[in-house]
Amino acid sequence: MLARTASNLFWLARYMERADYIARLLQVAGRMSAVRVDDAEDNSEWESAIVAAGCDETFYEKHEVANSETVISYLTFDRDNPSSICNCIETSRRNARAVRTALTSDMWEAVNSSWLELREFETAEPMSEDRLTEFLDWVKSRTSLVHGVYANTMLRRDGFHFTRIGQFLERADNTARLLDVKYHVRLPSAQDVGGVVDYYQWLAILRVVGARRAYRVLFKGQVEPSQVAELLILRPEFPRSLVFCFEQITLNLDAIVAHDPKLSSESKRIAHSQYAGLRFGRIEQIIEQGLHEYLSELIEGCEHLGAEISNGHLF
Amino acid sequence: MPTAPAVFDEMGWPDQIRAPYALVDAWLKSIPAEQLALKRREAEVLFRRIGITFAVYTEGGDPERLIPFDLIPRVMAQAEWQSLSKGLEQRTRALNAFIHDVYHDAEIVKAGRMPERLVFNNSEFRAEMVGQDLPHNVYSHIAGIDMVRTGPDEYYVLEDNCRTPSGVSYMVENREVMMRLFPDLFRKAGVAPVAHYGDSLLQTLRSVAPPNCEGEPTVVLLTPGMHNSAYYEHAFLADEMGIDLVEGADLLVKNEICYMRGTDGLTRVDVIYRRIDDDYLDPLVFKPESMLGAPGLHFASRAGNLTLTNAIGAGIADDKAVYIHVPEMIRFYLGEEPLLQNVPTHDCSNPEDLAYTLAHINELVVKAVHGSGGYGMLVGPHASRQETEDFVAQLKARPSDYISQPTLALSTVPTFVESGVAPRHVDLRPFVLSGEEIRIVPGGLTRVALREGSLVVNSSQGGGTKDTWVLER
Repeated sequence: MLARTASNLFWLARYMERADYIARLLQVAGRMSAVRVDDAEDNSEWESAIVAAGCDETFYEKHEVANSETVISYLTFDRDNPSSICNCIETSRRNARAVRTALTSDMWEAVNSSWLELREFETAEPMSEDRLTEFLDWVKSRTSLVHGVYANTMLRRDGFHFTRIGQFLERADNTARLLDVKYHVRLPSAQDVGGVVDYYQWLAILRVVGARRAYRVLFKGQVEPSQVAELLILRPEFPRSLVFCFEQITLNLDAIVAHDPKLSSESKRIAHSQYAGLRFGRIEQIIEQGLHEYLSELIEGCEHLGAEISNGHLF
Repeated sequence: MPTAPAVFDEMGWPDQIRAPYALVDAWLKSIPAEQLALKRREAEVLFRRIGITFAVYTEGGDPERLIPFDLIPRVMAQAEWQSLSKGLEQRTRALNAFIHDVYHDAEIVKAGRMPERLVFNNSEFRAEMVGQDLPHNVYSHIAGIDMVRTGPDEYYVLEDNCRTPSGVSYMVENREVMMRLFPDLFRKAGVAPVAHYGDSLLQTLRSVAPPNCEGEPTVVLLTPGMHNSAYYEHAFLADEMGIDLVEGADLLVKNEICYMRGTDGLTRVDVIYRRIDDDYLDPLVFKPESMLGAPGLHFASRAGNLTLTNAIGAGIADDKAVYIHVPEMIRFYLGEEPLLQNVPTHDCSNPEDLAYTLAHINELVVKAVHGSGGYGMLVGPHASRQETEDFVAQLKARPSDYISQPTLALSTVPTFVESGVAPRHVDLRPFVLSGEEIRIVPGGLTRVALREGSLVVNSSQGGGTKDTWVLER
């Protein structure tokens, strides 16, 4: 298939996945700030949302403080933020439009109608809370639709594999960032480690990835940090875990017909070694080594892998 | 304002309904107004959702706009279409023979049947093409012949589009949408289908594979990219044919062979349906700064390794000064009398014609020889005094850039407007495919001028479209 087409499909899927993730982050941050009435000045949920979105550098160029207002506006309809939901959907749709012929008509309609409906949510004033909830639910349902439609209508050929890789590389990156957020979040005081606030933060992470129930099924007890980490990193049953993402990435990379085996072997090497590490890794070891260091390396690894895929397949 | 000549309404609306429109008339009378309004909104949603949009360069606002679609179809009887299509075939054969001749021995000039300056001093003449032979001697593989009608049996060719005529996607999609909205109507009507246009186009493109092509030819569609106003159409046609939609950067020419870059390596390309103007097609030959085409395409074509459709230099046949001589081409190359009439045209490069044009400026349509899309044109009877004065100044400065024609009383077809249903002027662009043989999908694109009294149907000037029906019986 045309290299440009492969690249467009890859980014189409990445940006849809990112839109979904940002919507989930905002929902949980909103929920957390709503349950806490003790300290109105505390904005830690919003600060961590910005970090978890991977936008902390650019955000503080524009805003001094991260609070509900600034973070929501930055992550929903801010045109200056390439990862705002509206930009994600627009970029995704732009990529779709550039390769219309590589999409199934259902897929195009799903992406295009999302883009058309998106405009109806954009208003000059800040979004009311009700409207925000509606908007975030809408984003989640649209991205599910796009993902479902491509999975159910695309031919299992290279186009599908590149779409898949885009989606799961983005998801791996998001999951790693989400978990790493705990490293950046300041707790009110040292004693709070293991305290109520800490507990709610771990719970929030589970909520973002929609894993509250999955956690209960797999671990049955109270929310334990190491088990949350295990679920999000190592459990192959959980479709947002890093190991699951890398399984998908390696599967689909291997399925692609490479024109130059030498050139494309580097991306496969990186993906497979990452996958092997995840498959045979143990959570105790990861925590001992330092969760933050481990996740930072993984985030870098994702970036590197993305670059090598472009390289190896002539994007 | 001069009194308007009698206008022929193709439907005979409201009280002298012509036979081909009987069913449409009955349908219009039976369908409740609210339901029609609902269907109109539904049509708009469909077009938006499918993404049938076009970009208008000069205006602000929504960059992706819809061309207004009118629900009332334009209908032609089978016999009407038969005579029209014979004429279209004849005309297209002559146009292709002319282009071939121009780049070979220029017999028509030698015979004194065509002014030399119109050929060799024409900015559309491409010296690079001289002596190049093409499969089946076809240069304009996809031609759009713009027709207007002024009476039951009076048709005129308004202009020929031999380069990259657009609009065919609307022909196909308009039908698609109409059939989705009014399936019952189609069951009764017996309308000749148009959905096979993509197949016919692909057959045509394959039939002109270059001499050095072995096996099944690989055909691609070359687009300037998604910012082009006709991008939707490019994607649509590539999709209908099941071929790759490529941009210049996807192509490369090595040893005079054209390839496209894939994730699995390079694939040889045999035929390119290009929707990029000559000037931007090959930076080695034309505009060196062009990023839209690919260097070497022309040489691959010259070496017999690639067919470019439409051929470079096909534009020589479709400027408005050459147009005047098309009937003569038909006599010269085919030894036949033209079946389709030209509009009587004054070539302003002749002093008498210029004088006549200036004297009758308020009655005439004056057009720039190289203009298109309704730009660079004056409709005398409808222009303001200021517009006319400005135009006359340009005309006097460069008379040979202009032609003039009488303002034709274009036929009308009833159309939905704010106040209900009213007659609006229409034209017709049938698409003629030339390869090993000539193929024409019945009908074409009907464009309608939505403003009352307006004769300008171009989408860039507020025109809309209609579904065009050719009845099977």
